[in-house]
Amino acid sequence: MTDKLARREPERFFSDRFSVTPGLMERLLGDNLAGRVDDADIYLEYRVNEELVLEENVVKKASRHVSQGAGVRAQSGARTGYAHTDDLAMRNLEEAARQARAIADRSGTSGVVAVPGRGRPHDLYTLAEAPIVTELARKLDLLRKIDTACRAADPRVAQVIVALTSEEVVMLIATTSGWTVGDVRPLTRLNVTAIAEDGGRREIGSFGGGGRVAFDFYLEAERWKRFATEAARQATLKLAAVDAPAGAMTVVLGPGWPGILLHEAIGHGLEGDFNRKGVSAFAGRVGQKVASELVTVVDDGTIANRRGSLNVDDEGTPTRRNVLIENGILRGYMQDRLNARLMGEAATGNGRRESYAHPPLPRMTNTFMLAGQDDPRDILGSVKHGLYAVNFGGGQVDITSGKFVFSASEAYLIEDGRVTKPVKGATLIGNGPDALTRVSRVGHDLALDEGVGTCGKDGQSVPVGVGLPTIRLDGMTVGGTAV
Amino acid sequence: MSDLDATLLTDVLKRATARGATAADGFLIEEQSFSASVRLGQVDTVTHSREQRLALRVFAGRASAAASTSDLSRESLERVVDEATALARVTSEDPHAGLPDASELIQHVPELGLEDHEGPEPTPEEKIELARRAEAAALAADPRITNSEGAEYFDRRARYAYATSQGFARGYSTSSFGLTVSPVASKNGEMQRDAWYTYARRRRALEAAESVGRTAAARALRRLGARKVKTAEVPVIFDPDTAASLLRSVAGAASGPSLYRRASFLLERLGTRIAAPAVTIVDDGLVPGALGSRPFDGEGLATRRTVLVGEGKLESYLLDTYSGRKLGRPSTHHATRDGGGVSVGTNNLMLLPGPASPDELIGSVKSGLYVTELIGFGVNGVTGDYSRGAAGLWIEDGRLAFPVEEITVAGNLLEMFEHIDGIGNDLVLRDRVAAPTLRIARMVVAGD
Repeated sequence: MTDKLARREPERFFSDRFSVTPGLMERLLGDNLAGRVDDADIYLEYRVNEELVLEENVVKKASRHVSQGAGVRAQSGARTGYAHTDDLAMRNLEEAARQARAIADRSGTSGVVAVPGRGRPHDLYTLAEAPIVTELARKLDLLRKIDTACRAADPRVAQVIVALTSEEVVMLIATTSGWTVGDVRPLTRLNVTAIAEDGGRREIGSFGGGGRVAFDFYLEAERWKRFATEAARQATLKLAAVDAPAGAMTVVLGPGWPGILLHEAIGHGLEGDFNRKGVSAFAGRVGQKVASELVTVVDDGTIANRRGSLNVDDEGTPTRRNVLIENGILRGYMQDRLNARLMGEAATGNGRRESYAHPPLPRMTNTFMLAGQDDPRDILGSVKHGLYAVNFGGGQVDITSGKFVFSASEAYLIEDGRVTKPVKGATLIGNGPDALTRVSRVGHDLALDEGVGTCGKDGQSVPVGVGLPTIRLDGMTVGGTAV
Repeated sequence: MSDLDATLLTDVLKRATARGATAADGFLIEEQSFSASVRLGQVDTVTHSREQRLALRVFAGRASAAASTSDLSRESLERVVDEATALARVTSEDPHAGLPDASELIQHVPELGLEDHEGPEPTPEEKIELARRAEAAALAADPRITNSEGAEYFDRRARYAYATSQGFARGYSTSSFGLTVSPVASKNGEMQRDAWYTYARRRRALEAAESVGRTAAARALRRLGARKVKTAEVPVIFDPDTAASLLRSVAGAASGPSLYRRASFLLERLGTRIAAPAVTIVDDGLVPGALGSRPFDGEGLATRRTVLVGEGKLESYLLDTYSGRKLGRPSTHHATRDGGGVSVGTNNLMLLPGPASPDELIGSVKSGLYVTELIGFGVNGVTGDYSRGAAGLWIEDGRLAFPVEEITVAGNLLEMFEHIDGIGNDLVLRDRVAAPTLRIARMVVAGD
């Protein structure tokens, strides 16, 4: 359990617990790195994670994990040296700094000075009680209530799995630019999975949510009950689903989580590293039209209590609201410090890492499309034959060719402007640079997702958010089996 | 195992017992790794790391809890033990929870050749040079290779130690080495990326850097000019890498936790036919020097060779002690360990080769798809419904005619395995899961 103190003062937390003070960190950077590399930083992290799983109406799994460590990074030019250790003793940090420097030591000097972190960190998720410290008994009681509610929702629900994770990360970063900043990040997520059976047919449905919120978030307006009944509904709905259609057709995406379209179709392609290297399908296209004029997409790390939000990113840069596409025109990329420096741009607060064991990369925070004018009912009514997809599993993109997929977990046929039969899960595939040019209607019903997203890149996972209003896309390929 | 590891584990387990645990086990992993990436001939990122982690499981009668920590200081270990034993008191009694019977635990740990002892250790510069050579070979392969996401060399040495509160303690060490290259080919504004890799327990078993680079380049080049095709139901050939991904889905559905949750398309199929008679799938933990080999599983049970599917029939599930007891069967020694406790995983999972050369399989298709890449997560483990994004080459009159992309392949895994009507002779165990080229009689390919 992290100390109460940590919640207010990451600096004192690391100094009391591990005797690593900002002064020591600065000295370490100064002695080993300053003046010899373009940029360097030391990142300290302490993480406590708790996972509770209820299955077959019993608490099947209860686990608690502690990890701590430091990552030292030195950069010169495009070269990065990274060393990390899970032992925070000073001699290990010095050794890590030496290793990082040996790697990055410049061969030719680039003369570029790192852009120091500017601005004040936000205060987006100060909580009265962090979810990690909430009493176990209250948590277990909620899990049991969810199990009961999910089974009560439909007699065909045969199995229920409820998982609650709570986490707290205390981080502190010191950079050669003289910037030391810390953050304490609470995070929780509740997931309900229902397995329904009917006459030998079985299906699975899941639903959940969370964020940088207190445990009470799940109790507000009986949110937990909605998660439970949604999971049951998703599973039982699929029992009656027909084969998904195959081929190109009009697709209407519902609000909220279908925003994963943006994450895959354009989000990754707009991360600074891929564009600096010229390997993204969007490289060199700032200022060009990449979407319908109805489309404005932002990545915003500053929304209070959201899963993808951060007060400062993992390089100490305060997060911000970055407009990626404005009325169809590509406005800019998401940057960490390294790629910003090399591209002569500003860091955008998108430098993120999974943990101290990973060097930062440009990553998304909360990525969504702004609301339009249309009534969602009119959008559906405008489609003669198509697919209405409202919930999705995961997605993936090949940023070089631009091809992306995302898999619908809840979708329906649209026939003559009406939503009719539910269809089995199907993968939707498209081409990032032109997918958003196919947007022909944008609803006024922007919603952000419930708070379950995790994004993977280069083997690193980070929590993210997405959002979307109802939109109509013309000519998307749907990968069903009904020819 | 080293005396230090044994002492640390024994102390931790003793404390758990002193705190009221009726039984406990611990898995200790210590690893050191190095990686170096090079892009366009320049060093990009070099990473050094040293990590350790203790995963602990404690039982209070029939209730259990797990905890893990990367902080192996005495104070922290004591805290972890105390928290885990406290957690175990609030979890529910479960009649099936518990350690395996002590008599089942491995006695003699076999030497599987999992650790490279050949010296001397190359310098970081020599390792970087390997990545540089691999990338250079890719860049030099063709003028249309115009860019690169880089090449990466990595190595890792790890020690594993397992102990139980009944006094059992064993360990083993491994090493692994790898090299991967991702070149970008371009032509008329179109860009295509692909990659190739080599991965082995011994440094000398790595494929030559230049050869990895050339293969990666050839794979990226053959994607240039890719287009969509019309939606159709056609024969589909999976190359060895994409075929291997189909095995992972079968293993997932055959694993104990999926089965006792009734969340598997292989439920109640043990002993029945689930694939074409030509299909045999084995999991073998004892292949000398292989990447998926290990002497014992996450609960100290000796690994072995398991026939998962024999001539089309589902012959075994994949079980740890807990899921085995839930299903009324003995463990198949497939426990894996992570911080959260015990789960089920495979060792070296392989679909055994057939008689046909890959060219013969391609030659047997009049009009169909040769899949070289799959993306997305469109596999439903409960129903077997399958729909994934694909890229590859279109086959016309028995020849690879042109590259295709932005298409999906869809079907149902049970039907797909039933409709396997061609198995290649090209099985190579180059990763933990391996398959030869597979031909599936028909699947729906969606495009325009």
